[in-house]
Amino acid sequence: MSFEWPWQYNFPPFFTLQPNVDTRQKQLAAWCSLALAYCRHHKLYTLDVMESQESPVFNNKKIERKLSTESIQVVFEELRKKGNLDWLDKNKSRCLVMWRRPEEWGKLIYQWVSKFGMINSVFTLYELTNGDDTEGEEFHGLEEWMLLRSLQALQTEGKAEIISMDDGKGVKFF
Amino acid sequence: MDRFAWTNGLLEMNETLVIQQRGVKLYDGDDKAKLDVGAALLTTHRLIWRDLKNHECCIAVSLSQIIYFEEQAAGIGKSAKIVIHLYPVPSNKEPGPYQHSKFSYIKLSFKEHGQIEFFRRLTEEMTQKRWEKTVPQTVSTATGSQTGKTRAVGIVGIERKIEQKRKETDKNISEAFEDLSQLMVKAKEMVELSRSIANKIKDKQGDITEDETIRFKSYLLSMGIANPVTRETHGSGTHYHMQLANQLGDMLLAPLEGERGGMMALTEVYCLVNRARGMELLSPEDLVNACKMFESMKLPLRLRVFDSGVMVVQLQSHSEEEMIASALDNVTDKGSLTSEEFAKLLGLSVLLSKERLLLAEKMGHLCRDDSVEGLRFYPNLF
Repeated sequence: MSFEWPWQYNFPPFFTLQPNVDTRQKQLAAWCSLALAYCRHHKLYTLDVMESQESPVFNNKKIERKLSTESIQVVFEELRKKGNLDWLDKNKSRCLVMWRRPEEWGKLIYQWVSKFGMINSVFTLYELTNGDDTEGEEFHGLEEWMLLRSLQALQTEGKAEIISMDDGKGVKFF
Repeated sequence: MDRFAWTNGLLEMNETLVIQQRGVKLYDGDDKAKLDVGAALLTTHRLIWRDLKNHECCIAVSLSQIIYFEEQAAGIGKSAKIVIHLYPVPSNKEPGPYQHSKFSYIKLSFKEHGQIEFFRRLTEEMTQKRWEKTVPQTVSTATGSQTGKTRAVGIVGIERKIEQKRKETDKNISEAFEDLSQLMVKAKEMVELSRSIANKIKDKQGDITEDETIRFKSYLLSMGIANPVTRETHGSGTHYHMQLANQLGDMLLAPLEGERGGMMALTEVYCLVNRARGMELLSPEDLVNACKMFESMKLPLRLRVFDSGVMVVQLQSHSEEEMIASALDNVTDKGSLTSEEFAKLLGLSVLLSKERLLLAEKMGHLCRDDSVEGLRFYPNLF
């Protein structure tokens, strides 16, 4: 399944940060959803500002337009405000992208657990993301740091507890 | 050395200083003169030597006395010198420091250099012989006890010179303005002519077609306004500006309603108005002030200042919504437009067309694409 670009992607003004406030807000919203959709499609977890300028998301070779690094940072900052992104360094050159926020992931996992009646049982983290049972679930193959964050989110809600086991970490759902 | 005579060191009429060199010692022939180090002054008429400390001690010899002169290069412990050979003592010579001398030449010894330039200027003066053209009327004396004549030196001399200069400038100026006043007379005739034509047109309104009337009026306009409002006729201040605004209103209405599309940059207005006026030009300040009066005088024109500071005169009926709508229509028609393309499309100046596009962008109807190819405007599809 190939990635489907939104209509804005072929609209040259999309690649210039608009000075008009209202227009800019709509533009940034479009950028945010495009960036997240792209990352989800390609299962990308970390992004580099410099590198992403060359990636097809921010660089449309067909219409010869690309988003400047400053504008990319603006988009990323917008994503951070929405809780979909964390900067990895102070210079804001690398970042973690969460196309679903930790709470959303947590919710998905909890739904799966309760669906199969496994509340009160213990799982290893590896089991959750790479086990045969979760095959076909959206969180299958999730990177460990992302999983951990989602479980932490569940833990604060009181729906799970992360426990240390001999060969790594486990989790118990309530 | 006996050719030198005492002098007060002042210059004669027509005599000018050519060069002055400090640190010069005089030699009577090969012997050092019994004088200190001083300054040698070369004028158009004389060679003057003045003592460094005692300025009263000042002697001169006329350049006409010089037969020839030569350079003597510097050596170890010796300054460069200029040797000047002189004619025998003239019989009517004023008294000088030396009564007799066995030498017929003197030497200038340059302790502080400068001999090269001095020699060059001396050569120049000796070939030009400027002293011959205007011989000083009086021969100066140091004592000056017997001189009761008025002399063109000191303050009187300076005053006389200034007066002479003033008269000359006066003459030059009046000559220059003679042409101008003649032009003014002609201009008045031209204005009379255009006025009479205007009246004739009014009288024969029925006889000539409307087309011809318009053409005639446009001729008149390019020739000049028949009776321009000036500060002289209408005083200064508000009243003047109000009258001016009236006139501007009459004048600008036609072009604004016609090909200008309801808006003109103030610079354009300025050029148009002043071309129509011909004489009695408007200052930019007066124009702006007059334009500010449009609103209070209920004229159908308005002065508008864009965010960028660009000022335009536009028709009152020319509404912003219409302007933005037309910009949007045009951009939608073409898909996208640069301000240059838009200007060509509407026959506007690039400056004004850009202002319109920016305005439409500000209202959220357009959005921009700022790339290496330039700034393009697109319909706002966001």
